[in-house]
Amino acid sequence: MIDPAASSRGDTPWIGDDPRFTELRATYRRFVFPMTAAFLLWFLAYVLCSAYARGFMAAKVVGNVNVALVFGLLQFVSTFGIALAYGRFAARRLDPLAAALRSVAATHPTVPAPAGRGGDQELTENQA
Amino acid sequence: MTQHLPVAAAAAQSTSNKGLTIGLFVALVAVTLVITLWARRSTRGTGGFYTGGGQFSALQNGIAISGDYLSAASFLGIAGIIALSGYDGFLYSIGFLVAWLVALLMVAELLRNTGRFTMADVLAARLRSGPMRTAAGVSTIVVSIFYLIAQMVGAATIVGQLLDVKGASAQIWTIVGVGALMIVYVVVGGMKGTTWVQIVKAVLLIAGAAMMTLWVLAKYGFDISHLLGDAATASKKGDAFLQPGLKYGSTDGWSKLDLVSLGIALVLGTAALPHVLVRFYTVPTGRDARKSVNWAIGIIGVFYLMTLVLGFGAAALVGTATIKEKDPSGNTAATLLAEHLGGGAGTTGGSLMLAFVAAVAFATILAVVAGLTLTSSSSFAHDLYASVIRKGRATERQELVTAKIAAVVIGAVAVALSIFARDLNVAFLVALAFAIAASANLPAILLTLFWKRFTTVGAKCGIYAGLVSSIGLVLLSPICWGGATGTVHAVKLTAAQAKDCGVEASSKQVGNATALISCTTTAPIPLQNPGVISIPIGFAAAVLGSLVGSRRRRDQESDRRGFEELEVRALTGVGR
Repeated sequence: MIDPAASSRGDTPWIGDDPRFTELRATYRRFVFPMTAAFLLWFLAYVLCSAYARGFMAAKVVGNVNVALVFGLLQFVSTFGIALAYGRFAARRLDPLAAALRSVAATHPTVPAPAGRGGDQELTENQA
Repeated sequence: MTQHLPVAAAAAQSTSNKGLTIGLFVALVAVTLVITLWARRSTRGTGGFYTGGGQFSALQNGIAISGDYLSAASFLGIAGIIALSGYDGFLYSIGFLVAWLVALLMVAELLRNTGRFTMADVLAARLRSGPMRTAAGVSTIVVSIFYLIAQMVGAATIVGQLLDVKGASAQIWTIVGVGALMIVYVVVGGMKGTTWVQIVKAVLLIAGAAMMTLWVLAKYGFDISHLLGDAATASKKGDAFLQPGLKYGSTDGWSKLDLVSLGIALVLGTAALPHVLVRFYTVPTGRDARKSVNWAIGIIGVFYLMTLVLGFGAAALVGTATIKEKDPSGNTAATLLAEHLGGGAGTTGGSLMLAFVAAVAFATILAVVAGLTLTSSSSFAHDLYASVIRKGRATERQELVTAKIAAVVIGAVAVALSIFARDLNVAFLVALAFAIAASANLPAILLTLFWKRFTTVGAKCGIYAGLVSSIGLVLLSPICWGGATGTVHAVKLTAAQAKDCGVEASSKQVGNATALISCTTTAPIPLQNPGVISIPIGFAAAVLGSLVGSRRRRDQESDRRGFEELEVRALTGVGR
């Protein structure tokens, strides 16, 4: 579903060329991609240990609390931690950039915001 | 510490329990119906039906997401697995929780910024609408119906146990009753009604679990080690009860791989479950979608930590043998624990607690099946009917009427399939739904959002290959073929099972007596969970289809140009 105006966009400036958008995308990706790789590997390590390193998982830490339980609880801690960290990061670094770009789009009708969101296009089709 | 009251006393008291439980069931149903009627007054148009107008707050939606996710399977099921198999139940809940990071970091916000009503919106925003809506609609409906059958058959069993009624007609009437209620919630209340039912239930569920957790901990003076020790002793399995391996990966290499496969499917499936995805549309902005996932992570995480205490508490206080006697799969562990905490079977406190937890479990089932029905009927009406069949010429009113008819039809189909499947062991359907979501939906969603060279052909290949490979692998697995092997050891057969399988009761040929096709033929693929094979197939097909599949240069060009616009909208929320 392509914006009909897009092919003739040519040299017309639009938000995608705004340096703040490039910065927003880079900032987002720099946080999200490494973090996703990290927590997936961390979880995989946990699952692999549960399947293949059972002696290690069975070792007692304190009383009846063993490595398996601590490892599992650390997965909870890391999940809560990453969720909080991303929430704060997004509010501090991503939201202001996105808000600025939205206001550019709203105040400069000559800088076309990409139209044609899935649902909108269908509404126009309905009305046609 | 542990006090078991005589079973006879429990039997004598079961009638008054039943009255109390039924009374609470009826009260809860009445409350939810009032909510539904109230929601109806302010629900207008397709937007109102599909997303409640997108006007829920982040906290409300976070609670509703938790409610959708904490199905009876994860409340009663995980507590039950922990009570019977110890540590391995915890492993399940960790996969379920970590999965939310995928949704938080890569899906929720971007999806909210680029779509409106269904999963297909995002794919159609960039790729060719027709084929994308067909593929995503089919996948949505298949995943939701599998999940729905698992929930409804589970409901029949659980309600039967809670009310202590047995027999085919009781099961059938439970399924029909649950089905009728869920259709009413969806058709009358739309997303607004369904969400409020979900919120009420989630609050009750969390409050009930928190109360029981504190109670159990207080009994042990908040000494976790003491609780674990008691649970291990009471289970008669000793330290093994506190370590991974009693349930998963207990035989050979295949069963260990199966455990890894389960873990991967749980983590990658959540962020692509259609009924989870549509929840992101019920808030006004991408920022609210992010915040609601953060709330959900907090609530779900704390809840799973509580199920850990409840599961081990049930093992220690009620005893693994007593739980197993009541239900071999352990679903009644939480309710038996509630009864024990209240003072034991036969006491007023015990009956009250049992009735309360049973009613919350029932509300859980109702709310979750309503969410699933809403998701699949939305996708049918919005993707298949309005866009593919009517090619965008349907009016909003026609689309809305179709959505409601679809809810009735899908609900009726689910009821019929569940009645047919009520004697089968359908627990695998939940894991299968996660595997399909991870293999078919996730590649399409992530590559649409992040990969410039992704094409319509690639998305089609990915969705259909993921769908076919995950279902195909299950058809070749020990779930369908129950012959005993090194992976699935021979089990002791009851007389009835031996008769069903057509073997002697002493036979060592049968590894899974509830196999769907044959219980003596050996499965070609010894994996129960297809994820470890089908997820790579789904991603590979999506990538290969994009690289080699599109012959026409013009299509490739337009799919790629769509990416730049999608990216701007996804990250900024422009055009909303």
